[in-house]
Amino acid sequence: MLDSTPETDFNQLIEPTRVHSRLYTDPMIFREELERIWYRTWVYVGHESEIPSNNDYVTKSIGPTPVIMVRDKAGEIRLLLNKCPHRGNQLCAYKSGNAKAFVCPYHAWTFSNSGDLMGYALPDGYEGVSKVGVSLGKVPRVASYRGFVFGSMAADGCSLEEHLGGAKAAIDQLCDNSPTGEVELTAGFLQHRTKANWKFLTENETDGYHPGSVHGSVFQVTNSGIGELYAKNSTALTRDYGNGHTEFDLRPEWRRLDQPLAWFGTTPDRLPEYVAAMNAAYGSEGARQIMIDGSPHTMIFPNLFIAEIQIFVLQPIAVDESIQHVTAVQFKGAPDINRRLRQQTMGSVGPAGLLLADDTEMYERNHRGADILDPEWLVLSRGLHRERRDENGFLVAHSTDEVPQRGIWRHYLHLMQG
Amino acid sequence: MMAHPADLAALSDVELHHQVAQFLYYEAHLQDVHDYDGWEALWEDDATYWVPANGQNTDPDREMSIIYDSRSRIRIRIAQLKTGRRHTQTPRSEIAHIISNIVVTEIDRVELSVRANALVYEDNLRGETVWSSRNDYRLRLVEGAFRLVRKKVGLVNNARPIFTLSFLI
Repeated sequence: MLDSTPETDFNQLIEPTRVHSRLYTDPMIFREELERIWYRTWVYVGHESEIPSNNDYVTKSIGPTPVIMVRDKAGEIRLLLNKCPHRGNQLCAYKSGNAKAFVCPYHAWTFSNSGDLMGYALPDGYEGVSKVGVSLGKVPRVASYRGFVFGSMAADGCSLEEHLGGAKAAIDQLCDNSPTGEVELTAGFLQHRTKANWKFLTENETDGYHPGSVHGSVFQVTNSGIGELYAKNSTALTRDYGNGHTEFDLRPEWRRLDQPLAWFGTTPDRLPEYVAAMNAAYGSEGARQIMIDGSPHTMIFPNLFIAEIQIFVLQPIAVDESIQHVTAVQFKGAPDINRRLRQQTMGSVGPAGLLLADDTEMYERNHRGADILDPEWLVLSRGLHRERRDENGFLVAHSTDEVPQRGIWRHYLHLMQG
Repeated sequence: MMAHPADLAALSDVELHHQVAQFLYYEAHLQDVHDYDGWEALWEDDATYWVPANGQNTDPDREMSIIYDSRSRIRIRIAQLKTGRRHTQTPRSEIAHIISNIVVTEIDRVELSVRANALVYEDNLRGETVWSSRNDYRLRLVEGAFRLVRKKVGLVNNARPIFTLSFLI
């Protein structure tokens, strides 16, 4: 299925510290990315908490393709494609629901929620024809880590755990902030559309150089301490985990402050029920350390962004269009902090978000700029002189450095060129 | 400017409708010309400014909304716009609100519930976007002038992906 060499020579477009503008604007490259990234590698689809009961389903996506994530009648998670095998009808018209079967409105072909054909109208016309093997399209590999469900359209490849590599620790850190060790994504999603290539989004999530300039208006009118994390004297780090995964590690700053919940701009006395539950779950010393370290800021390539208090799922629609699906992190068993998580998320992100609307403006200006012929190359050289390896061997540098972007492009080149 | 009704009960249906419509047109005008201070000044302290997501009847205390602002967040939103460094509104979108289908649905002493439809045409650096909504307002008569207690902007496409919404809708 996969050609051994792509049509585009990516070695001509990607260098260690600069990339060519064409990567963002060429429709042929976008099609090649669908083949070699979105319909091949592990892509985040949804969270198990979104389909808590048997027969629950939600409509999600892999790349531009809609995918039905369903918990079948035996409780197993399936990823089905919304296409009837008869005449191609997109049979599931709702974003979510509970259904033991999916019925195509065209000729009443009926499928179990494992995707298999069970029956159709006027079966006399199919006398002698077997239904075995006739089904909705299926995503061949489905795997889950701490409730985060990933799918791969390639029948073979590395395991999800191999793909996540060191970034698995970020999902663990997120879940540690829950007194039950479990996260729920049950607050509903905002869908923020942007006329920009998806890579501007993936690259920006761990860009620590922009907050002072892009979000200066927010720092000016609130008591947000975010600006300090991305200032010259910050001890926070950027990190490249390999496999395209990158992060800000803010823990050095939080540990320097040594204040539980400072990561969330609050104090333990404002969230007594949460703190009590964390102490009961982890012991007071363990809970204290978790509440100092806080929630991670990690971009799991290509599309899952764990953004401390919210989760983004980045979806490519076309070479010049993407959607940011975003929801508040919710910690199972912690209603008081969950309310604050929803309030903060709503203020920050989504189409009217005080922060994200300005990031999105940058994506769109970058995309329009990428179409301009000169200069052709975009430069990713910040912090080269101070890159180093951390104790686990991952590349790190200052929180404003472009270690993440160089790491993303290294992995991208590996996927695209082979 | 606008007329000041002294007592809602004394107004005929026609006169009440006129006063309410004039207020809604005034609010829309403040938004159109980006009079941030003028628009903020319309809000009562128990304000709720709500733009739901994923339908018109979600529970905003439990589910995500595009905007769900109390009076203090309205203050922050306006203050951010006034810094001149809110990049998505620098330059400002050129907008025109059309307010129509105005119906007073409830009168409760000094408060009114009003329903209206809105169409907003926006032109900005990205291009042209049309926004369409079914709005619910709660107005309060304070010292002879209407003030906003609650405004719900029910975008008809709020369950689908939408572009940045950074002007005052």
